[in-house]
Amino acid sequence: MASRSLVGAKLALKLLKKGAEANLYLGEFMGSPAVFKRRIRKPYRVKELDWKIRESRTVHEAKLLHEAKVAGVPTPLVYFVDHQRTELVLQYVEGLRLKDFLERNMGAEEVERKCFQLGIYIGRLHSHGLIHGDLTTSNIILPPEGRLVFVDFGLGFHSESVEDRGVDLHLLKQVFESHHLRWAKKCVEAVFEGYRNTVGEAEAQKVWRKMKEIEARGRYVPPEARLQA
Amino acid sequence: MKLNRGEIICLGIESTAHTFGVSLVDSRGRILSDEKKVYAPPVGKGIHPRESAQHHSQASPLVVREALRKAGKTPEELSAVAFSQGPGLGPCLRTGATVARALAAYLDVPLVPVHHAVGHIELAALKTGASDPLTVLVSGGHTTVTSFAGGRWRVFGETEDITLGNLLDVFGREARLPSPSGPAVEAKASEGKKLVDLPLVVKGNNVSYSGLLTAAVRRLKKGGDKLEDLCYSLQETAFTALAEAAERALAFLEKKELLLTGGVAANKRLQTMLKQVAEEHKAKFYVVPREYSGDCGAQIAWTGLLAHLQGVKVSIERSLVKPRWRLDSVPIPWRR
Repeated sequence: MASRSLVGAKLALKLLKKGAEANLYLGEFMGSPAVFKRRIRKPYRVKELDWKIRESRTVHEAKLLHEAKVAGVPTPLVYFVDHQRTELVLQYVEGLRLKDFLERNMGAEEVERKCFQLGIYIGRLHSHGLIHGDLTTSNIILPPEGRLVFVDFGLGFHSESVEDRGVDLHLLKQVFESHHLRWAKKCVEAVFEGYRNTVGEAEAQKVWRKMKEIEARGRYVPPEARLQA
Repeated sequence: MKLNRGEIICLGIESTAHTFGVSLVDSRGRILSDEKKVYAPPVGKGIHPRESAQHHSQASPLVVREALRKAGKTPEELSAVAFSQGPGLGPCLRTGATVARALAAYLDVPLVPVHHAVGHIELAALKTGASDPLTVLVSGGHTTVTSFAGGRWRVFGETEDITLGNLLDVFGREARLPSPSGPAVEAKASEGKKLVDLPLVVKGNNVSYSGLLTAAVRRLKKGGDKLEDLCYSLQETAFTALAEAAERALAFLEKKELLLTGGVAANKRLQTMLKQVAEEHKAKFYVVPREYSGDCGAQIAWTGLLAHLQGVKVSIERSLVKPRWRLDSVPIPWRR
């Protein structure tokens, strides 16, 4: 319990961001700046469901953040896991979210380079049997120097299936196409380039085809587009 | 374009699925009439496209006449005729399109194609006053979280398989509730207490309901659970996934309005949940009024009028229906 009160003692927390899943607070953990990611109770969920979701995602995320590192994908360090509070204490990663980066006036080359690297990292996760499960541009952080950092593995899981890999990439493509209209095409291409570089041509083609198939399952995709899939 | 004392009136025809609806609206956003007849499949069955189209074809003269009469307008006063060009069931769409073409050709006014889902969104925006909402559209045909950007409604999240309306309807049918069974499932659910463990699937910003349906139907067939508890658990599980998708979109896009529309928007439990999501992100919550949540002529007439004012029209030769027509492929020239 000592460590619990240790965490509890640092409650001078500043709300950084109200996410969909959790609130992020900025604080300090044993002298280092830290992010307290607290999965708060959602009033819209019935109690039983709410607890189940919060608990399983918290524990899961801690594990996956570590496994991603083993796969060669930078993620924040996990300082502490607090079951009762459904809270993770994480290393604070300074930088710009990919989402904000893309909304700024960036050069095409710069965008391509980042997306290429993003593709490499996704490839690494997949090659190690990991699925991120929530690949969106607000879950990728660009520190001022160095490499991209992946955060938010709450929906992540283990799988080697082409279907799950395809869904992972499909989600990211959807975000580019619904929100980053200007860069969508370039980003998707560069991500896939990076992905291909890591997993190899044959596997990349398989996942790409599956992704197109998943896309075609969406509502009211016209027959012409289905044939391409 | 005919202008009658400065008044622009559009007649809209809805016929994507079980509803044949006709409505007249004017350019001040007044719904002058909104008439419909709804095809009801036998208990335990879904919509049979041919039967439904036959129903529409028989209903059409009556409904058109009634819509004109209630609005107090003559056909000559119409400025445009709009129709639901898609997406939907082919035979049903063709029936509505045929009526619309005949009217437009006879009256010599523009024929305006309308996307059914855009209709749900625009009518809800008209009735609630929402201006730039994150929209959750839930019906038998759609389960989509969408927002407007760059001239189109962009799909931020959606179902990866069946829709929410579909889920509730098919489960209800299996339980021998009358179809469309959303309201019956809701009534049963309100008496449920015990949460049965069913798969809750959230894939990033998307949801997936087919596994949930299979699991729920399996539990139903196995027996041992109260139907009330199953309906309750089905709703809670499905709505929780959707509420999370909506919340993700709200947090990501930082919109200040959340709009709920479509047939399933009439569900009180879903309304409560999404209202709580909106409150948590300090967004204003809007929900389409119940009488305009389901399919109706007004959604087509109003959207048709907005499109008509921007000069959108289609020649009869090119007015083929589009049973598959994605929301994010439709240009929306009247929104900025």
